[in-house]
Amino acid sequence: MSVLLPGSLAEALGSLAADPDLVPMAGGTDLLVHWPQRTELHERSYLDLSGVEELRPHRWEADELVLGGLTTYWDIIEDRRAWNELPLLIDAARQVGSVQIQTRGSWAGNIVNASPAADGVPVLMAYDAVVVLDSTRGRSEVPLSGFYSGYKEMRRSPDELVTEIRVPRRAYDVQIFEKVGSRRAQAITKVGVAVTRSDAGWRVVANSVAPFVCRCPALERILEEGAAVGGPDDLLPGIREDVSPIDDIRSTAEYRENVLARLLYYDLLDLCPSFG
Amino acid sequence: MLRREGLSKLTGQERYVDDLPLEDFLWGATVRSPAPRGRISNIVFGDGVDWSEFVIVDHTDIPGRNAVYLMEYDQPALAPGYVRHVHEPVLLLAHPSREVARRALREVQVIVDVDPPALDFRSLPSPDLIQYGEDNVLKRLSIQKGDVERALAESPIVVEGVYETGAQEHVYLETQGMLAYLDDDVLVIKGSMQCPYYVVKALKPALNRSEEEIRVIQTPTGGGFGGKEEFPSMVALHAGLLALKSRVPVKLIYDRTEDMVATTKRHPSQIRHRTGVDENGHLIAQEIEVVMDGGAYVTLTPVVLSRAIIHAAGLYHCDNVRILGRAMFTNSVPYGAFRGFGNPQAHFAVERHMDVIADRLRMDPVELRRINMIRDGQTTATGQVIGDGVDRLQIVDRALALSNYERRRREHWLRNSEHRYLRRGIGMSAFYHGAGFTGSGEVMLDSRLHVEGHPDGKVQVLCASTEMGQGQITIFIQLAADRLGYDPAEISIAEPDTHRVPDSGPTVGSRTAMVVGRLVERACDDLCRQAGAARGAPVKDAIIAWHSAHPGERLLGKARYEPPPGIEWDEENYLGDAYGAFGWAAHVAEVEVDLRTYGVRVLDFVSVQDVGTVLNETLARGQVQGGVAQGISWALLEECVWKDGAMQNGQLTNYIIPTSGDLPPIRVEFVEFPYEHGAQGAKGVGELPLVGAAPAVLNAVAAATGRQPTEIPLTPERLMALLGNGDR
Ligand SMILES: Cc1cc2nc3c(=O)[nH]c(=O)nc-3n(C[C@H](O)[C@H](O)[C@H](O)COP(=O)(O)OP(=O)(O)OC[C@H]3O[C@@H](n4cnc5c(N)ncnc54)[C@H](O)[C@@H]3O)c2cc1C
Repeated sequence: MSVLLPGSLAEALGSLAADPDLVPMAGGTDLLVHWPQRTELHERSYLDLSGVEELRPHRWEADELVLGGLTTYWDIIEDRRAWNELPLLIDAARQVGSVQIQTRGSWAGNIVNASPAADGVPVLMAYDAVVVLDSTRGRSEVPLSGFYSGYKEMRRSPDELVTEIRVPRRAYDVQIFEKVGSRRAQAITKVGVAVTRSDAGWRVVANSVAPFVCRCPALERILEEGAAVGGPDDLLPGIREDVSPIDDIRSTAEYRENVLARLLYYDLLDLCPSFG
Repeated sequence: MLRREGLSKLTGQERYVDDLPLEDFLWGATVRSPAPRGRISNIVFGDGVDWSEFVIVDHTDIPGRNAVYLMEYDQPALAPGYVRHVHEPVLLLAHPSREVARRALREVQVIVDVDPPALDFRSLPSPDLIQYGEDNVLKRLSIQKGDVERALAESPIVVEGVYETGAQEHVYLETQGMLAYLDDDVLVIKGSMQCPYYVVKALKPALNRSEEEIRVIQTPTGGGFGGKEEFPSMVALHAGLLALKSRVPVKLIYDRTEDMVATTKRHPSQIRHRTGVDENGHLIAQEIEVVMDGGAYVTLTPVVLSRAIIHAAGLYHCDNVRILGRAMFTNSVPYGAFRGFGNPQAHFAVERHMDVIADRLRMDPVELRRINMIRDGQTTATGQVIGDGVDRLQIVDRALALSNYERRRREHWLRNSEHRYLRRGIGMSAFYHGAGFTGSGEVMLDSRLHVEGHPDGKVQVLCASTEMGQGQITIFIQLAADRLGYDPAEISIAEPDTHRVPDSGPTVGSRTAMVVGRLVERACDDLCRQAGAARGAPVKDAIIAWHSAHPGERLLGKARYEPPPGIEWDEENYLGDAYGAFGWAAHVAEVEVDLRTYGVRVLDFVSVQDVGTVLNETLARGQVQGGVAQGISWALLEECVWKDGAMQNGQLTNYIIPTSGDLPPIRVEFVEFPYEHGAQGAKGVGELPLVGAAPAVLNAVAAATGRQPTEIPLTPERLMALLGNGDR
């Protein structure tokens, strides 16, 4: 195993350009989990980003919140403005693992790890976040909702780093985040959903019900059209169009589908007078 | 008194077996069977490691009998060509590098010609699945009282129910681990364990060594819960075999996944009740069938089954009872001792069933319990006359009062009709647990204990009882200090070392404070006698004086177990006094069911316990809270996912134990009815609280939803199936 410790972004991008097999490492909370068992991981080379100071801070621009490539959940939990303006970021951050994980784990790491169960991704996607990728070849910007193309497949080349995540500042009148895990902390999501409504329209994003975290266009259409919904079961056809949950060690497809319908139905009934 | 070793545990200074300083040693590793049943046709060694660097042990290296002996000789230490469960040990490897040893495990392939495995303990096996006796029944037991047949026929109402419980992993913080080395001719074993003398007992026949040639030392142990009762004998034997072959110290430490998938668990059960009652709810007949999954070897299964059937009728009086128990051989990883030892399964069924009966009779479940609860002078299923003066109704009433039971019920009723998707409910359980070994078990153990007075006047207790987090060290110091009139600081507990301490029996079965604690007191009395301490005079002075009169000699106070008078047990017919004393208790649980997610959240939990005299309130409360937590977790969260006899979720990310956020406040109150033959009046406290937790939680779920769940763990997926998908 070898570890490179770049002191600047330029140096980090240079190293990656020279050796695209390098594995970038932020908090390491995904990369290191299986370290004792997966001895093959020991043979790889790592690019430890922890010394790249310019990636850490987040900032508020006039029309967007910009997260850095190393910004952690905790950084956002400590930011009062986020509680007011983008509360789903807080809801999700506070339900990631435990405090220890929240202080190490990064939003960018959550995105690039590309787990279908990631909790940071759905809220970012429901806020129309854009992923900013840099390499020595230049910069590209990809909307998060179009970032994934399959299980652990994404629009990032090996020499690119996520350097920013841009979250537009908009006024929302509906904001929902639900995470259902098998316990109240330290839990991998069995089914989850983030919902927002702004001038840009409805966004419904589900996790743990498809090979990657994704928007649910059929459900968004039902909401957009204000169609009558008499009970949770009325949402099932839309859900089946949008996602493809599976039976696995944590739960069943039937449970995931059913609970997604019920969360959406009852939460919208609670929060949104026009729904029902 | 504060926990003696508390600070060193809290500050991380305590040294567990993996922390012990050691040089020039090998890391052991265990090659296991990939299949649940079959003949080993080949073992292939890959070329990813250099095998010449390894010490390799197979069954032919075992000098004595190839068995891990406790009750039977049926379980091999290393499979001799045939395997009976997945993860059964086949070979042992040792190497100086832990990482290389791990890599080597992936390089060995055990090829098995698979025979059809018996994996379902509930159904009778077809002929090709039979591997034990004529019918795969490991053990059959029964209890008869009165005439059940006739009484059931004459009962105006008969209520039936089938209840199922799943396997449970112990999840002690410290995984299994042992260290073995030779000290001249003596094989020294150090490690995490509950019962040093069980290890000696297992090693003697397998290694062909005398007790003098085996020295077993318990290292500070990070939790046991029964998982370190019999299983450590296997780990010790493996470490010992490697050390004997390599002539170098060997450390064998399981990682979490190996520990979870390959070691014993709580026995799964299916329990059937048929109960005859009259319109007023009086029990007329109880017919109960207890079926348990024993797994691939006998281990302690017969005793677990025994405890289950003895408690299966609950703490009620009924004149006509028949309880049939059977434990089935299956090709599963063997099940073994776990806190409660069969009684949690028994009480899950009977206490859930009481609520089902109450529902049928449209009766208050508390009232149903009240009118049937056993009173002094009445008999249990085995015909044991209860006469301990415990006010069992007071225990129930106290639990109801503390939990605001009646008020909550009314509040829930209103709230549930208004809320869109949250449903609250409150439920209770009343239960009991026999402390110490069953029947004549304690007499057979013949426990002994010494208390030594040193020349400087300090005192040390020598016993084989072990500290595993439950507080044994602190309690024993407290008992000796009280008995001798000593400052606790001048009393210590000797390291459990079979070459230094007498066999005071295993640290299991809620027996330590009650039974062995009593030996501490009696050995202290003997010490006073030996030292010639006059009544009322300081014992310390007498000990110092004795030593000046007897230079170079040891001053030992000794005690040996004596059964309380009047205990009679008929092992043949399961009749008579099953236990010297019972602990009695009631739990009340309040839950909220979320109909969006089918999740159950326990909001509040009250436990009222009679454990005799409470010796140390902080420790006792900790035992109750821990037991309740483990019981809630068994009821709602902990599920072993099986595939072809192998546990699929051997990780803490997918075998779910609760975080603090998943548990309610657990409010504990003790009602003390001292037991005259226990230390200072103590009865057992370790297991009792776990026993009634699951039925209390499920009874609350039944109250919240109007449905009768019968199976645990009641995961959200199971609750969804029970409630159906429709809205209610
Ligand atoms: C105990 C525990 C609990 C957890 N609980 C949760 C939970 O509840 N919800 C949840 O969603 N996740 C959870 N996780 C997973 C993990 O913490 C999160 O996914 C976290 O956001 C990962 O961030 P990190 O900085 O640690 O990523 P790392 O492990 O450092 O990296 C993850 C991946 O991203 C890549 N990467 C990291 N930074 C960059 C970058 N700037 N540019 C390009 N690639 C990059 C890495 O190469 C790697 O492939 C948990 C993990 C643990 C150990």
